[in-house]
Amino acid sequence: MELDPIASRGESQRDLARAPADAADGAGPRRGCSVTVEQLRAYYGEQQVLKGIDITFPANEVTAIIGPSGCGKSTLVRCINRMHEEVPGARAEGRVLLDTEDVYAPKVDVTAVRRAIGMVFQRPNPFPTMSIFDNVAAGLKLAGIRGERMRQRVHEALRAVGLWEEVKDRLGASGAGLSGGQQQRLCIARTIAVEPEVVLMDEPCSALDPIATLRIEELIDELKARYTIVIVTHNMQQAARVANSTAFMLDGELIEHAPTNDIFTTPRDERTERYVTGKFG
Amino acid sequence: MQGAAPAHRNPLAPAPGARRRRLINRAMEGVATVAAALAVAVLLLVVISVLIKGLPAINLDFLTKNPAPFGQRGGGIANSIVGSAILIGLASAMSVPVAVLIAIFTSEFAGRRTAGAIRFALDILNGVPTIVTGVFVFGLIVYGARQSGWAGGIALAVIELPIVARSAQEVLELVPRSLREAGLALGLRRWRVVLRIVLPTAAGGLITGAVLGVARVAGETAPLLFTSSIFSNFGLTTNPAQAMPNIPVTIFGLSESPSPSDHAAAWAAALVLIAFVLLLSIVARSFHERSRSRLRG
Repeated sequence: MELDPIASRGESQRDLARAPADAADGAGPRRGCSVTVEQLRAYYGEQQVLKGIDITFPANEVTAIIGPSGCGKSTLVRCINRMHEEVPGARAEGRVLLDTEDVYAPKVDVTAVRRAIGMVFQRPNPFPTMSIFDNVAAGLKLAGIRGERMRQRVHEALRAVGLWEEVKDRLGASGAGLSGGQQQRLCIARTIAVEPEVVLMDEPCSALDPIATLRIEELIDELKARYTIVIVTHNMQQAARVANSTAFMLDGELIEHAPTNDIFTTPRDERTERYVTGKFG
Repeated sequence: MQGAAPAHRNPLAPAPGARRRRLINRAMEGVATVAAALAVAVLLLVVISVLIKGLPAINLDFLTKNPAPFGQRGGGIANSIVGSAILIGLASAMSVPVAVLIAIFTSEFAGRRTAGAIRFALDILNGVPTIVTGVFVFGLIVYGARQSGWAGGIALAVIELPIVARSAQEVLELVPRSLREAGLALGLRRWRVVLRIVLPTAAGGLITGAVLGVARVAGETAPLLFTSSIFSNFGLTTNPAQAMPNIPVTIFGLSESPSPSDHAAAWAAALVLIAFVLLLSIVARSFHERSRSRLRG
């Protein structure tokens, strides 16, 4: 078998697809962590965009966050994995507890936070200079996990997102050659390959077509057995389809958080009712 | 039917003054086309005249032999070619890594004001006349000591640095923010994100910038007049501690000589130089296209 020049470290396609020696079944259910947000305030410079959020995302459940544009839902999830502070001039105050550990505690290493709390972005962003295999392995290789263990995790991740059958013969090919839906599933595989506790998703389907969207929603349903999932969405039908509970935000405040069915059929707050019935936003 | 029919109005009738505006439009198009043609014509004029005047003296000997001893015919500019290559190599080895590091600093780590100040400083450095750079290096290194390839290389490096740095800055800023975010969100440290994600993505553009920097300093004469112009014109020199023969200064020297065969050699050397610069520009352009298509999708 001739060597594919793009394949990871000169390994042939066949080597990359070879089943790992100790193919333990890592795909079973696994208890995730809950996330508790206490009095979270977030600022861009002088402007306050989150005005004291208190919310709990239960373990192994999917929580959707809905609300009109600009209400702060993206900012909220970016504060959970401390990506918010990467914006110049941005800061956050308050506590975000991963089970019982505050990710904003002074001695906490921010890269450890991000390894435990993964994020999938609105537009698929596979690394263009890396192959499919290297993309999924990116979080692993560059954090010190190599060799057989790395190969095993990559295979599991690709299987978990349903990409394995589609790409197993071209793991050395560039990630940019996939369709939008496949690229997003590749990004999800990349995120879960490092085995985080929580997966944050910021409007993961808004750049995809309806069929790709449906496949990812099915994937989210499967993933919650192993992770705690928070999904920001502007699509209320999507929230109704995938989420155990839904939170409604408006102008930087949390208005209501309830089981999804209740939010949409019997909302308690008048503003929630006006939003879910389409009267604004 | 009562009353006169309303005067027939053609909705497509031209507005008053339309014909004049159309003529002005065509005139402006014509002027712009002539200007573009003029620019291309000047380039062709330069290239063709150097080609016509220089080609007769180009032969294998010219490119591979050192100058003949005084008074004799034949010989070539091999030592100048080698010397120029060494000078450009020294300059690039000194300036390109520093330039890329500066660009990484401003695009990844510096605050907006610091980045702006550095950009400004680089632009000013870019605008310093190269003869001033030559005098500066002369005063710093050569005065009181002697000319050398190191001095020439440093002078060229000072000129090459802002070119490569500014180009690298632009390219690094073109790398989409989303790629850096994806890397950071995976729990990677910043320098890892830069080294393994940002730099490889920008590689094509960085190479383009470096090649353009080389093309620019390949023909710089003024700084070399001060730092590497008094050299033995007959032997091959590869030791940078001595002044190194180089193509621009050789062209200058040959053109000052009374002998017509030296003049022909000067044209030929100019042809070699221009061919080198043209080749580099084409190479830079092909890298630029490749990196642009990669950044796009």
